[in-house]
Amino acid sequence: MAANLDQIFIHLRNWLVGFLPAALQPAAGVVLGVIAIVCVFPGLFALTTVFERKGLGRMQNRLGPNRVGPYGLLQPIADGIKSLTKEDIVPFSANAVVHFLAPLVLVVTVFMGFAVLPMGRNMVLVDMDSGLLFFFAMGAATELSVFMAGWSSRNKYSLLGAMRAVAQMISYEVVLLLSAVSVVMIAGSLSLTKIVEAQNQYSGGFPHWYIFTPWGLAGFIVFAIAATAETNRTPFDLPEGESELVAGYHTEYSGFKFALFFLGEYLAMFALSGLGATLFLGGWSAPFSFLAWVPSWIWFFSKVMCAIFIFIWMRGTLPRLRQDQLMNFAWKFVLPFTLLNLLVTALWRFMGDGWQRWVVCTVILAAAYVIMGRLQMRSQHFGRRSYRYAE
Amino acid sequence: MSPIFYLLAAITLAGGLASVLLKHLVHCALAVTVAFAGLALLFLELDAQFAGFAQILVYIGAVAILIVFAILLTRGSELPKGGVFSSTWLVGLVIAAGVFAVLGWAVLASVNAIPQSNIVPSVTVHDIGIALVGRYVLPLEIVALLLTAATIGAVIVAMHEKKERPQ
Amino acid sequence: MLGDGILKGMAETARNFFGSYVSKERLTTVEYPEQRIPTAENARVFPFLVYDGDDWEAGMRCVACQICEKECPPKCIYIEKSTDKKPDFVGKAQFYPARFDIDIAVCMSCQICVEVCPFEAIKMDTQFELATTDRFGGLLYDRKELSRSNEYYHEIHPTEATEVDEHLAEEKAKVEAKAKAAAEAAAVKAAAAANPAPPAAPPAKSEGGS
Repeated sequence: MAANLDQIFIHLRNWLVGFLPAALQPAAGVVLGVIAIVCVFPGLFALTTVFERKGLGRMQNRLGPNRVGPYGLLQPIADGIKSLTKEDIVPFSANAVVHFLAPLVLVVTVFMGFAVLPMGRNMVLVDMDSGLLFFFAMGAATELSVFMAGWSSRNKYSLLGAMRAVAQMISYEVVLLLSAVSVVMIAGSLSLTKIVEAQNQYSGGFPHWYIFTPWGLAGFIVFAIAATAETNRTPFDLPEGESELVAGYHTEYSGFKFALFFLGEYLAMFALSGLGATLFLGGWSAPFSFLAWVPSWIWFFSKVMCAIFIFIWMRGTLPRLRQDQLMNFAWKFVLPFTLLNLLVTALWRFMGDGWQRWVVCTVILAAAYVIMGRLQMRSQHFGRRSYRYAE
Repeated sequence: MSPIFYLLAAITLAGGLASVLLKHLVHCALAVTVAFAGLALLFLELDAQFAGFAQILVYIGAVAILIVFAILLTRGSELPKGGVFSSTWLVGLVIAAGVFAVLGWAVLASVNAIPQSNIVPSVTVHDIGIALVGRYVLPLEIVALLLTAATIGAVIVAMHEKKERPQ
Repeated sequence: MLGDGILKGMAETARNFFGSYVSKERLTTVEYPEQRIPTAENARVFPFLVYDGDDWEAGMRCVACQICEKECPPKCIYIEKSTDKKPDFVGKAQFYPARFDIDIAVCMSCQICVEVCPFEAIKMDTQFELATTDRFGGLLYDRKELSRSNEYYHEIHPTEATEVDEHLAEEKAKVEAKAKAAAEAAAVKAAAAANPAPPAAPPAKSEGGS
């Protein structure tokens, strides 16, 4: 019974595809998977927008939207109708073709990233040998769409916002990849399904998730920071902060195109949360072996929603980082720490099983964190300001 | 030569042609990105997954951005005053034809040198990794040194501007 | 240690989030229009005319002295005096306003009209939900719309109303005392005039002389 519930979507797909001739069946299976992804994740996006507004409201001692539908749950429908019926304004001297293509490129590349995430047992859309590399390739292509949006608007604030966003995304892309490389080192494969299977083992009831190892915890924290910066969330949302550059690179977008940018940003959040869950939190595996009767896709989506809740929590807590502060943070603190994490992962792998590797790795990482933290905090001198072009 | 190959080749060629024929430099940069994407898809069609995804990750994700930054930080964003064809186009055509002839001869000659077999060798990422740290470790280290030199050079160039300021 | 500030901040936000479901002070939203905050006693919005008793025409305290019209800074009051008189709260015959219009689109709630009124006739109301779809006529209140009873005044400004009532009672008592004294003096004078007393004449003459 539990196994049936676990594989219920696979059975559904096989049953539906069985109506077609055998030659078309693989293609039809893939198309059905694509339809499922395109329906589920934008639906989650709609739910997330209302939960974000209500969650932020509660954290700020106020109610969120609660007029549209019970407890405001139909608010995304109202938002959707609003964004669909708004006038689509394209600036007169803007590059119309590039202006039109930018949100398309963003949404298409972000949707492609979902193709390699294992959302449950046997529930990957495409099981590729280098699935992780594919995911990061799609992430890299989203930076191009940000630049296209900012440049084609023919607006200096949009261009500035796009430049800042691209610089930020490139810096944290390096960190993201390096923190994932340590997982690849231990799992021995770039394929996400194999990474999840490597974590799906239990010893004494406790799972072998990578987050429960010293290098895994450090890697997860670094991955979380880099994912927050990649998707332009607070505290790294300078490119799109409303009080900064109006709305940054999507200033000149209105109506449905703006909704597409919004959708792309939240889908990127889901994709990166899904990847983080797959790499460090064991993907679809249950936290304890006695809980394995709960369907695997429920575990995956709960982990993703927990990650989303933490994103919302951080947004409600932290102020925005300035551009030079976030670049400093990336290159001077996070990147050296990630490289050290790689070294520690290699140590872990080659020291063999035993308690020694736990102690050594934990000590190295903790000492590095404390020392680098002290260095960072000491280097903040607030001296006299010098203005480069005013003197 | 499947129809997919023709389609991808057409996309790549169109991107390449557009990148030299378009007037606005940023349009050219975006067209060359399309050419990169076509190349990546060609790699994927030949089952070279690592090469294809690395092409997307590096070329589209980094090199295209670099080109675009370079265009925007210099005066390249202005439209060219006199057409896209320079006055020395004949010399350029001759040189390009010469390079194409040499490359074509090299490729066609190599087809005869390698024994024909219908079995496509499957190269996994594991094999690429072993080759990189085994047989090709010297080129790997030299490339790493080159990248380090480039990074340090970039930092020095950016720092040098501050020191040149008259006090 | 680097990062402890973030953790403390996140703990505070979490406390806010979960506390907003249990305690009132962590959720300060008042869901208007289902819930309303009661207004303070000295809140003021737009003026109204006070009347004593049940009949708004007969009990209106305003005597059309037009002081408030002259003192109003944006000149939003328009008064037309009546031609006849009616008795006021002490019984004296006074004019009354045949027309008393306030344009509340112009009124700036400065309360100067209240401060200068010598008859405690105009006071500030606390109602603010006055939106109407008629932009011009709907915001011009005439004297019938502006009249409210003294009981209503007690409801909205109890302390002030009690003070005003005491003050008016004092005035009335003073006037009545004066009237009684005048009546007594008149009675004494009438009695003295009705009683001719010749021996009283020379002392009266000497009194008149010195």
